[in-house]
Amino acid sequence: MSHAPARSLTASEVTLPERHPLRKGGLVAAAVGALALVAVLALAAGDPRQALGSYLVAFLYWLSIALGGLFFTLAMLASRAGWCVVVRRLAEHLAGTLWVYALLFVPLAVGAAHLWPWWGGADPAEDPILAGKAGWLDPGFFWVRAAVYLAAWALLGWWFRRRSLAQDASADPGVTRRLQSLAAPAILVYAVTQTFAAFDWIMSLDPHWYSTIFGVYFFAGQAVAIFSVLALLAMALERGAKVEGERRPGPLAGVVTVEHYHDLGKLLFAFVVFWAYIAFSQFMLIWYGNIPEETVWYAHRLEHGWEGATWALAIGHFVLPFFFLLPRGVKRNRATLAAAAVWMLVVHYLDLYWLAMPAIHPEGFRPHVLDLVAWVGVGGLALGALAFALARPALVPVGDPRLPESLSFENM
Amino acid sequence: MKLPKLPAPPWKRAAAPAPDTLLLAEYAGPDGLLAAADRVRRAGWADWDAHSPFPVHGMERAMGLAPSRVPWYVLVLGLGGAAGGMLLQWWVSAEAYPLVVSGKPYFSWPAFVPIMFECGVLGGALGAVAGFLAESRLPRHHHPLFDSARFERASDDRFFLSLGAAGREEGDRALRLLEETGPARIERLGPDGVAEVPAGTAGRRPPAARETDEPPARRDVPPEDAP
Repeated sequence: MSHAPARSLTASEVTLPERHPLRKGGLVAAAVGALALVAVLALAAGDPRQALGSYLVAFLYWLSIALGGLFFTLAMLASRAGWCVVVRRLAEHLAGTLWVYALLFVPLAVGAAHLWPWWGGADPAEDPILAGKAGWLDPGFFWVRAAVYLAAWALLGWWFRRRSLAQDASADPGVTRRLQSLAAPAILVYAVTQTFAAFDWIMSLDPHWYSTIFGVYFFAGQAVAIFSVLALLAMALERGAKVEGERRPGPLAGVVTVEHYHDLGKLLFAFVVFWAYIAFSQFMLIWYGNIPEETVWYAHRLEHGWEGATWALAIGHFVLPFFFLLPRGVKRNRATLAAAAVWMLVVHYLDLYWLAMPAIHPEGFRPHVLDLVAWVGVGGLALGALAFALARPALVPVGDPRLPESLSFENM
Repeated sequence: MKLPKLPAPPWKRAAAPAPDTLLLAEYAGPDGLLAAADRVRRAGWADWDAHSPFPVHGMERAMGLAPSRVPWYVLVLGLGGAAGGMLLQWWVSAEAYPLVVSGKPYFSWPAFVPIMFECGVLGGALGAVAGFLAESRLPRHHHPLFDSARFERASDDRFFLSLGAAGREEGDRALRLLEETGPARIERLGPDGVAEVPAGTAGRRPPAARETDEPPARRDVPPEDAP
């Protein structure tokens, strides 16, 4: 309301209370994750290719959520958005966990020879295409590039979170100005690194094939994932919890409102459409051009036992959520928005699985128990790191000059 | 999920008895108008509207407006446009002038999706415009409110609430209701022209004429309050 008194928050109002179940939950998740990763390692000896493939999909899945957090933080700062301030800290916390993925990449770096078929090099007489790419697809260069991507993400996530946390105490609007002006070049770094990471880690599983839009496709999945996760995370932190026998409202109750969920829902809907737009753009150009070295990737996914997964993806990742998220009421209702968010996080896994796994299982769609164990393993550590990140500091940037605007935000 | 009930088309909705008097209350700021709208909604008045130079946050709730029907126009025309676009291309490429293009089947649907998409967007956009015009009963040449010279300021710096009443008795009730909301000024627009209503005409204690933006003590608008 235009003349309502400006409301603000103190850090203690929006900090996770002592003995909140999420604190213990983070430890449990990290322990379960570590156990699951040990199980993956134990089972890897029998079928290293399956184990590494499952691990790659799990790694990409959780990485895409944390990278989405970085994207959200940077995009909202660069666009000087006011509505999102109450949920931006959650994205900053997610981006702040990106350092974990530098450690989690180690198994992939070590086992790369089992996973990426170009690893051993190619004979120019037998495979001139692959031999022509030898300069880029070179193990040493691959490791250096991966180190650059992971270091850049960890650094950006750490720095933007740290500066924002420092603003909680100082309430210095200069911090916001500085973060806003640095967000634009940071977006450039993010865009380039995530594009080449998608080329290196996913596209090069089929090293003959190439698609220049592939990085954008990977980004679209991250955007879908982050809006789903932010909505679910805010709802989880809104919920009251029993602390020392008495029921207390969640730290974000009354802070994140239906108006913010409405906007997160609109963005989720928009990026569901964006994902479909990019996916279809990639498909149609390759289908229309009809060049065998390009069509092989889709031909493989539309036949050979993968056609079911392809259609499930097209319908589950676009048609169903498009019509479900279309009405206004669905985005303004926590239960329906949460259902959509959970569904999108499930089909987001299918999306990454569908990108990577046909290279591991050319014979068809073959789910394996290691897929689940690896997902639990990486996810447990990812959630543990997230719980660690948001355990102490305020869950809302209380020093941000746009916080009152965000608190009283209304769509109409 | 329960789908919202499809609204009746504009031409089937029952027309309210034609009001013979329009009362136009004027407020200096958005808060006064917001409080007045809340009050008039609670009084259960049927034929009234609020006019402001910019969208006032919370006005939809204060007025108890039903969800807009425009999205239904957009949905129907958007899907119709998409289906029409695909149908047109199928008819041209597979029925009327079947030509083999780069060795593909006559009906190569992936190639037709971009045009189907564009036709869907076009249909949806036209649906939004058509729906907005139909629901606002536009275009029209004149509205009785335009008789008031002061009403021009509704697009500049003043906030108005207009209330239609049929008959003398209802007109008096409407006037009492409006005076309770503490407007800066009330005008009566009738067949005899436009006249300012002096404060206290309805036999109530005259409220102090308000030129400031101070709203009368108002209850907070409860969230998502049904009319």
